[in-house]
Amino acid sequence: MATAHSRSAARLMISPAVILLLGWMIIPLSMTIYFSFLRYNLLSPGNESWAGFDNYRYFLTDPAFFDAMGNTFILVLGVLLITVVGGILLGLLLDQPFFGQGIVRILVIAPFFVMPTVSALVWKNMFMNPVNGLFAYMATAVGLEPFDFLSHAPLASIILIVSWQWLPFATLILLTALQSLDQEQLEASEMDGAGPINRFIFIMLPHLGRAITVVILIQTIFLLSIFAEILVTTNGGPGTATTNLTYLVYVQSLLQFDVGGGSAGGIVAVILANIVAIFLMRMIGKNLDA
Amino acid sequence: MGRITLDKVTKRFGDVEVIPPLDLTIEEGEFVVFVGPSGCGKSTLLRLIAGLEDVTGGQIRIDGKDATETPPAKRGLAMVFQSYALYPHMSVRKNIAFPLKMAGMDQAEQKRRIDNAAKVLNLADYIDRRPGQLSGGQRQRVAIGRAIVREPAAFLFDEPLSNLDAALRVGMRLEISELHERLKTTMVYVTHDQVEAMTMADKIVVLRAGHIEQVGSPLELYRAPRNLFVASFIGSPKMNLISGSEAAKRSASTIGIRPEHISVSPTEGLWKGRVGVSEHLGSDTFFYVHDTGLADDITVRVSGEVELRAGDTVYLTPDAEKIHRFDQAGLRLK
Ligand SMILES: Nc1ncnc2c1ncn2[C@@H]1O[C@H](COP(=O)(O)OP(=O)(O)O)[C@@H](O)[C@H]1O
Ligand SMILES: [Mg+2]
Repeated sequence: MATAHSRSAARLMISPAVILLLGWMIIPLSMTIYFSFLRYNLLSPGNESWAGFDNYRYFLTDPAFFDAMGNTFILVLGVLLITVVGGILLGLLLDQPFFGQGIVRILVIAPFFVMPTVSALVWKNMFMNPVNGLFAYMATAVGLEPFDFLSHAPLASIILIVSWQWLPFATLILLTALQSLDQEQLEASEMDGAGPINRFIFIMLPHLGRAITVVILIQTIFLLSIFAEILVTTNGGPGTATTNLTYLVYVQSLLQFDVGGGSAGGIVAVILANIVAIFLMRMIGKNLDA
Repeated sequence: MGRITLDKVTKRFGDVEVIPPLDLTIEEGEFVVFVGPSGCGKSTLLRLIAGLEDVTGGQIRIDGKDATETPPAKRGLAMVFQSYALYPHMSVRKNIAFPLKMAGMDQAEQKRRIDNAAKVLNLADYIDRRPGQLSGGQRQRVAIGRAIVREPAAFLFDEPLSNLDAALRVGMRLEISELHERLKTTMVYVTHDQVEAMTMADKIVVLRAGHIEQVGSPLELYRAPRNLFVASFIGSPKMNLISGSEAAKRSASTIGIRPEHISVSPTEGLWKGRVGVSEHLGSDTFFYVHDTGLADDITVRVSGEVELRAGDTVYLTPDAEKIHRFDQAGLRLK
C-alpha cells in the first residue's frame, strides 16, 4: 500500500466497516446525550421538553448516587482483591505436579462457563438461602443459627458470587504466567539461599507483575458494569445496599420510567469509567511495557 | 575448604539409571572439568553436587562432612547456569546482592563485596542496568559475579559458555581460568566441548552414559587414553583409528594415531594414499587422505602451509612412538 492510488483504494474499501462501527457507537451515544437533556418520562409520552442540566443535577445530588458510587468501588476492589490473591494461590497450587492434574485444572476453569444469572441464582437459592441453602444446613448441623447472607451482608455476598465467577479467569492467566517462569531462576535463587517465601516474594511475584496487571485491567472493565448478579439476587437492596451505578441507571430509567434521568446517569457512568481507565493505565499500564 | 567427595553416588529418574554408582574426589582448589557427549549425565552429576537433585543412593561429602541431605543453600556452593538465570526485574547490582541479602549480611559488607566483584569482572559500566539490556558476555559476567560474592567453597559451572559466540567464548574461557588462578577456589565445570576441557582443566573427568571413563590431567588423557572412547573424544582433530592387518601387525585389535603424529612425504613413506579435501588454517593444514586401505579417511595435520592438491599421491609415516594400541574390548594395551 505504497502508492497514493492504492492508499485511497484501501480507504474506500475499509470505509463501510468504519462507518458502521462509528454509527454503532455515535448514534446511541448522541441519543443518550440528547435524552439526558430532556424532561422525558415514559408515563407521560409526548410531553418531552428541554431540561438543561436538571437531570444531571438530580442524578448527582441523589443520595442513592453516592451509595451507588461507594458500592461500585467496594464491589470492584473486593472482587479484584479476592480474585488476584486467590488466583495466585490457586495458580501456585495447580502448578504443582499431582495426580489428576488435567481434570482438576478443567474443573477450576468451569465456573467461568456458567452464565452470571444462572450462577447468581444457584448461589442465592442453593447456597445462601437461610432455610433451604447449603450454608444454612451446615450451620444447623453444627448447632449454629443460619445466617441470611443476602439480607445481612448483601454486598459481601454479591462480592463472593462475582469473585467465584472471576476466580477461574484470574487463575488461568496467573497459572500460565507461573508456568512460563524459568525453572533455572528458581533454582538459582534456591542456591542463593532464598527459602520458599523469599522465592515467592522476590522471584515469582515480580514475574507475575504483568499478568496481574492484565487481570486487573480486564476485570475492572467488566466489574464496573456488574448487573445480572444484582438483579437476580437482591434487586439492589436492601435499600440501596447493593445498588451500583449500572443498577442505579436501570432503576432510574426503567423502574421510575425517567428516561432523561437514566440517560444522564448513563453518561455519568461512562465518564467515571473513563476516568478509572485513565488512572489504571497511568498507574499500572507501564507494567505492560516490555 | 572445597574438597568434594562422591561415594557410590547413584541417580535414577524412574526406571532409568542416569548415574550408576560413581566414586570421585575433587581436591581443594582444583579446576575439574566434566566432559562427555550430550545426555551423558554431566548436568545431572553437577546438580547432585549442588543439591538441586536428590541422590538415589550413595553419599556426597563436602570438606569431610556428609552433605547428602543438606539443602542447596547450606552447602556453600555457588552455581553458574547455562541460561545465566539472572533475575530479570533486578538491576545488575541487585542481582549480585541477592545472595548476600538472603544471608542477611550487613550493608557495608555487602557493598564491599559487590564493589570487589564489580572490579574483578569489570561490571562497573553497567551495574545499574537490567539483565535484559546486557549482551550475552556481560550477562555471563554478572552470573559469575553473583557466584563470587558469596565466597563459596566451590563454584559449579554448567556449560556456561555454550550460549556465546566463538570469539567471546575464547575470551571468557581465559577469564574464568584467570579467576581460578586468583581465587584458588575449587571449580567444577561441565562442558561437552573437549577443547574447553583441555584448555581449562587441572583434572578432566570423561563421562559416558553416567560412567567415568577416565580421570586425569589434560596431558595424561592426551598421551595415554585408557580406552577407545577417550582416545577419540579427546584431541582435535580426532585420533585416526585403524583396525585390521595394520593393527594385527602390532599385535592389537585397533591402533590409533593422532593426526599431528603422522609425517607426510610426496615420495616415500609407510602408507600410500591420495589427498582429498584439505583445510588450510595458515598455522596448520589438515589433509583428509583417501585410498590408504586402512580406514575411510586418515586425517593428517601438518604445521604451516603445505602445497598439496586434491588428487595428489602422498606417503604417510606414523611416529612409531606415538601409536596407541587397543585390545578387542577397546582397552589400552601397554
Ligand atoms: N528430570 C529428569 N527426568 C528424567 N530424565 C532426566 C531428567 N533430567 C535429565 N534426565 C535424563 O538424564 C540423562 C542425562 O541428562 P543430563 O545430565 O542433562 O545430560 P548432559 O548434561 O550430560 O547433556 C539424559 O538422558 C536425560 O534425558
Ligand atoms: Mg547438560
